[in-house]
This record gives sequence, C-alpha cells and structure tokens, in this order.
Amino acid sequence: MTDLLDPLPWLIVLPLAWGTLAFLLGPGRGGRLAIAAIALQLMLALQLAGQLLGNGARVHAVGGWGAPLGIDLMADGLAAVMLLLTQAVALPLAVFARGYFAASPKGRELFWPLTGFLLAALNALFLSADLFNIYVTLELLGLAAVGLVAIAGGRQPVTAAMRYLLATLLGSGAYLLGVALIYGTYGSVSLAVLTPLVTGDAPLAVTLATALMLAGLLLKTALFPFHFWLPPAHGGAPAPVSALLSALVIKATFYLVLRLWLELFAPLTTVAAAQLLGILGVAAILWGSVLALTQSRLKMLVAYSTVAQVGYLFLLFPLATLVPPGVADSAVQGGVMQAVAHGLAKAAMFAAAGSMIVATGRDDIGHLGGVGARLPLTLFSFGLAGVTLMGLPPSAGFSAKWLLLTAALESGQWGWVAVMIVGGLLTAAYVFKVLRRAFLPMAAGDRVTRVPRTLEFSAFALALASILLGLFGAPLLYLLAIGRAA
Amino acid sequence: MLLYPLTGAALFAIGLAGLLLQPHLLHKILAFNILGSGAFLILVGLGQRDGIIDPVPQAMVLTGIVVAIAATALALALARQLLDLTGQMRLPEDRPDAEPADD
Amino acid sequence: MKAWLAVLIALLCTGLALALGAAMLALPELAVRLPADVAANLDASGVAHPVTAVLLNFRGYDTLLEVAVLLLALLGVFALSHHASGHTHPANPAHPVLQTLARLLAPLMVLVAGYLLWVGAHAPGGAFQAGAVLAAAGVLLRLAGLLPAWAQPGRLLRGGLALGLLVFLAVAVAGLPQGELLHYPPALASPLILLVEAGLTLSIGLTLAGLYLASAGWKK
Repeated sequence: MTDLLDPLPWLIVLPLAWGTLAFLLGPGRGGRLAIAAIALQLMLALQLAGQLLGNGARVHAVGGWGAPLGIDLMADGLAAVMLLLTQAVALPLAVFARGYFAASPKGRELFWPLTGFLLAALNALFLSADLFNIYVTLELLGLAAVGLVAIAGGRQPVTAAMRYLLATLLGSGAYLLGVALIYGTYGSVSLAVLTPLVTGDAPLAVTLATALMLAGLLLKTALFPFHFWLPPAHGGAPAPVSALLSALVIKATFYLVLRLWLELFAPLTTVAAAQLLGILGVAAILWGSVLALTQSRLKMLVAYSTVAQVGYLFLLFPLATLVPPGVADSAVQGGVMQAVAHGLAKAAMFAAAGSMIVATGRDDIGHLGGVGARLPLTLFSFGLAGVTLMGLPPSAGFSAKWLLLTAALESGQWGWVAVMIVGGLLTAAYVFKVLRRAFLPMAAGDRVTRVPRTLEFSAFALALASILLGLFGAPLLYLLAIGRAA
Repeated sequence: MLLYPLTGAALFAIGLAGLLLQPHLLHKILAFNILGSGAFLILVGLGQRDGIIDPVPQAMVLTGIVVAIAATALALALARQLLDLTGQMRLPEDRPDAEPADD
Repeated sequence: MKAWLAVLIALLCTGLALALGAAMLALPELAVRLPADVAANLDASGVAHPVTAVLLNFRGYDTLLEVAVLLLALLGVFALSHHASGHTHPANPAHPVLQTLARLLAPLMVLVAGYLLWVGAHAPGGAFQAGAVLAAAGVLLRLAGLLPAWAQPGRLLRGGLALGLLVFLAVAVAGLPQGELLHYPPALASPLILLVEAGLTLSIGLTLAGLYLASAGWKK
C-alpha cells in the first residue's frame, strides 16, 4: 500500500484543503469543487471500510511518534460507519445546496468554506484517538456549525447562533476540564494508553472527569433537558445548513458519548447512570414529538423532530450496560443503525422541506396546499424519510428499532419497548400533519412554483438511501463489528 | 504543589456560575474565558504537581488559548451583530421585559 | 431568572469546586511520564525547546487543527460581515501623539515578531506569539486611525490568510511518503518547521488582526 494514497489522512486533509480553496476563490464560489471533493471523500471512506473489512482496525500514528508522545488516529468499524454516513449524506446535500442557493441566494457567500471545515472537523473527530485532539476537533465542529447557523443573517438566526455558541462552548469547557483531570491523574490523553489504566476503583478525579465530559457532550448533542438551543438553531438556518446540522453534527457528539461509555469509561458506568440516560431519552422523545405537533413552521417541526429522535439514540445505553454481551451487541447495533438511519432521513426531510419552502415562498405548514400536486417527488421523499423515522419496514429505521426491541426483550426491560411504540406513533402524527396539508389543493393567495430537479432528486436520493439501508443493511453491521471488544 | 490546580478549580466554578447566571452577553463571554482559564490552570498544574516540568500540557494549553480566542472572537462578533439587530446585549429569554421565546 | 434557580446553580457550582478540590488532593502517582519521552526525542525533533517540539512536531496535528479553528472563526466573522447593516471603513486619524507613537511602535513590533519567530526554536516563542504581536501592531494602527477597517477581503488578503494553513497542509502531506501524516524527515525537520512557522506567523497575524478589523467597520 503506497502511503501517499492512504485514505485515512486524506479524509481530514482533503476537506480542509478544499474549504480553504473555496475561501480563496471568493464569496459564493466553490460549489463544484466541493461536490467533486466530497465524491472523492466518499470513495476514500469506502476504500477505508474495505481495508478494515480485510485487515481489521488500524492505527495511524501522526508524525511517526505514536501515543502517548504523539497523536494517534484510529479507524475501527464504528469510526468507518460514521465516516461513511458523513460522506454519504454530505454529497447529496452539497448538490442540494448548490441548487438551493442558486434559487435563494441569501447566505451563500461563505457556505462552501464553512462546510469544508465542518466536514474536516467531522472526519477528524471520528478518526481521533486522543482526548485533547478530540477537544480541538469539537471546537472546530462547533465554530463551523455556529458560523453556518448565522450564515444568512437576520435577528432570529443570529440569536439562535449566539445561544448555540454559548451552549457549545459550555459543553466543550466541561469536556476540557474532564481532559485536564484525566491528564492530571494519569499523565496521558491517549485513548489507547488510558483504557487499560482506568479501572473500577479509579480516583474521584476520574469519576468527576467522566461526569463532566459526558455532561458536556450531552449538552452538545441536545439531549433533554439540554435541547433548548437546537430548535431555533436548526429551524432558523437555511435548509442545507439545517440538514447538515441535524444529520451529522449531532451524531458526532453522540458518537463520542458512545465511544467513551463503551471503552474508556466502561469500568465506571453504572446501571443507574445508564437508566438515567434512557429516561432522558424517553423525555426527549415525548417532549420533542409533542412540540413538533404544535409547530406552525415546517422547519421548526423538523427541528423538534430531531430533538425527539436524539432521544431514541440514548435508549441504547440502558440496554447495553451490564447486560449479557449478545444483548449489548444488539443494542449498540440498533443505536448506531438508528443514528445512520436518522442521519439519512433527517437530511432528506430538511432537503424536502427546503424545496417546499422555495416552492411556496414561505415556511408555513398551513400554506402547503398544492405541494403534493406540483412537487410529488419532494413530498414522496418527505414521506419516505418519515417512514424511516417512524420505524416502519423495510426502512433502516425499522432495522434499528428491531435491534433495540430485541435487546429490550432479551434483557427483560419492557418499559423501553412501550416507549419505542409510543414514539413511533407520535412520529407518525407529526409526519402526517405535514403530508395531510400538502395533499390539500392550493389555497387562494398561495403559490407553488416548480423547483429545480437537483433539489428534488437530492432529497429523494437521501430518502431512498435510508430505505435501501434497511433492505441491505447487513454489511453495515459486519463493518460495525470490526474492532469491537467482545 | 497544588496551588495552580486548586485556583483553576475555583476559577472554573466562578466562570460556570457567571456563564449561567449573568444575563448580559459580554459578561457571559467573559465568564466563559474565566472558565477556560480555570481548565487551563488545572491542565498545566495537575500534571506538574510533583515538581517535574512537563512541556506537553503547556503546549496543549497554548493550543487551548488560541482556540478560546477564536471562539471568543466569534462570540463577540455575534453579540455585536445582535446588538445591531435588537438593540440589546441579551438573549431574548434573559431580557427584563421577558418576551415569550422566539419560535 | 427565578431566584431559587439562581441559588441552586450557585450551590452546584460551589459543590463542583469543592469536589474538584477534594479530587485533586487525593490523586495517586502519575502512571505515564511524558517529559522523559520528550527529552529523549528532542534531538530528532528539529528544535531545541521542548514546548516548541511538542507544538510543532510531536503534537503538530493539534496545531494544524488549531490554525484551522482560528481561520474558521474569521470566516464566521466574514459571514456576519455580509449582513452587517452599515460599514464605515475609512481610517479616522486620532490624536497626533497617538499617531506618532503608533508610527514609531509598529515597525518595532514587526521586528519583535520576527525575533519571536526565530527564537522559538530554542526558547519560548514561535509562530503564535509572533503572530499575536503582529496582530497587536495592526490593532494599534487601527486605533490610531492609520489603518482602515476591513471590508470583504480581496484576493491578496485572502491569500495571506490562507497561506499558513495551506503551507502546513502541504508539509503534512509531504510526510506521507515517509509513512505518516506530518512525518518530518529528521535531517529536514528544522528547516521545515521554520518554513511552517513563517507561514503561520503571517497568517495568524492577519487572522488575529482580522478578527478585530473585520468587525471594526460595522455600524456603531
């Protein structure tokens, strides 16, 4: 293997490079460069996944020094799955964004550089095996996301961006304090070096660090009750930005919670803490779904749906902590599959919503009449995405729920089964709220124009992917198993 | 020598309280900086508590300071923009004439 | 904010401080000793100062991402600048004494920045410190009314801002044939680090100055 063509470092270098080049090209430029580069990144991610399936997890010691002196990048199955999700969602969204900003130019001046840095941050975060390096990637991610929220200006988005920035900085601050405590206890921040050192009788400083780091990450993932910043930020940004944020940025911090919970802090996790996460997840599902039903603006409904769906992700924790290994595996598979399914579906949903807003000229569910007739493909995409979120077969959302239900039944935790069923019903309620309105005939005084094909097809591609993943999801689970300790 | 880490802990707590309790945006941003400085002090001080100078956390803190500057700069620009748009240096939920939260 | 909530938060913060203090007083011996590792590899790193070695070589990847963070913040400010409701850019000359002082100090500051860049290899110093001094010179000139605020950056300025990160990325990728990202060949480590730091000094100076100057022209 020629080292110059190693996919692992290029997944980080490439988006940094094209983001900077997009900035050099000037305001609004860089769309085609971005699409070409993201396509290349997707191929690199597939190549990396292929390497992992062939040879198992791999480590890349940046600078040649190796941990604990240097920084290690590590790719195992979970990282590869997240990388694939990132690139696979980013590519159609880039196509969508190019079309969207052509139709609705407000905010396109710095979209491409900011998106390049966002993708670089995501890739770097998924590959990092060093706690302090993860902090830097978290900051890169947070600032890129905040910049993207405020990209179109306006009172509400700027307010939302300010609130988001303060929340995300508080989260990183807590995380950094945890890293400081860990370094102070052990003398290293490398995950590989630390994992064997952290045992059940670790000092108080390590327990505090665990709590702080997890709390900071939960704030950044917008788990109830830390969700307050999300709806205005995701609901007020331009549709391509909302899609990137809901589909990908949230998953990055969730990935970190999962990684820390299952690996570094595994000896310290208690059933009580896991149950707490599960209960917060339930609260998120109920609160987010009910509020989604009361929204009158389409993007706000989809944003509250994100709040609810984040809750589903955290149901895996009580099902994966201190249970038999088979059950834990099922739960983790379910949770990760849910993260991937939600990423694809939510991106599709925001893209479809964006198309509908461009077509009707306003962000109002009450005036969606006529969209079903004019934009059938877009509405179909919205519906398919909804199918995945509801967890209906044959979507990836159903596969995820199936795995979680299996875990719940096998470990005798019946409560979560009820929650998942109720959650599905609530999701159906707010999805149908939108679909029903869109099938009504156009009201007098409204307008529904055509939208460019690229907008409709990119949303459809994402929605279709979330269904196909349900049918052909087995390779994903094989990939996920690589590198996971039994 | 635990003077630096203990001071850092106190600073972190003060910064946290300030960030959560102070309604004025500039105070929140200042509080975030205090919070960050506290974490940096702990990072530098705790690993060197037995007197051996350790360059690694010092380099990490240098990185952290630059990151904090970047974040503060963006926060200040946002606050400035918010002042321009709303005439106030507070988020809507912190204003004395409490409006219902923007939807 | 309701009074009871404020009291609760204050109590929790106090509790956190006390818990942290208690935790710090009860720490065992460090398990990993990095200073020895750093000292052992210092000769191969290309610089003589351990902190610079960690910053630009051992943990150079952190520095790479950190430069990206800095540029990213400026991009965010530029994005906001497109929607700022009024721009006043021209330099308004200030009090003559301030102007004279600024005119005298600015070249000296550039000299100091150059020195800091050079000395970073064997004493505290380096790209960030040098860049910060350059940025301070820029802010001083603006406050003295000798430098206009920034409108949207032109091609040259964009080039200067991007240069540091692009040079760093190029050097990082050039290390791939050696085996890994950012792998400096031991013989070339010194000049490569100096090259990277020089590019960084310019870009960091421009970026830090820009974080102030880009919003200095917004409506008051």
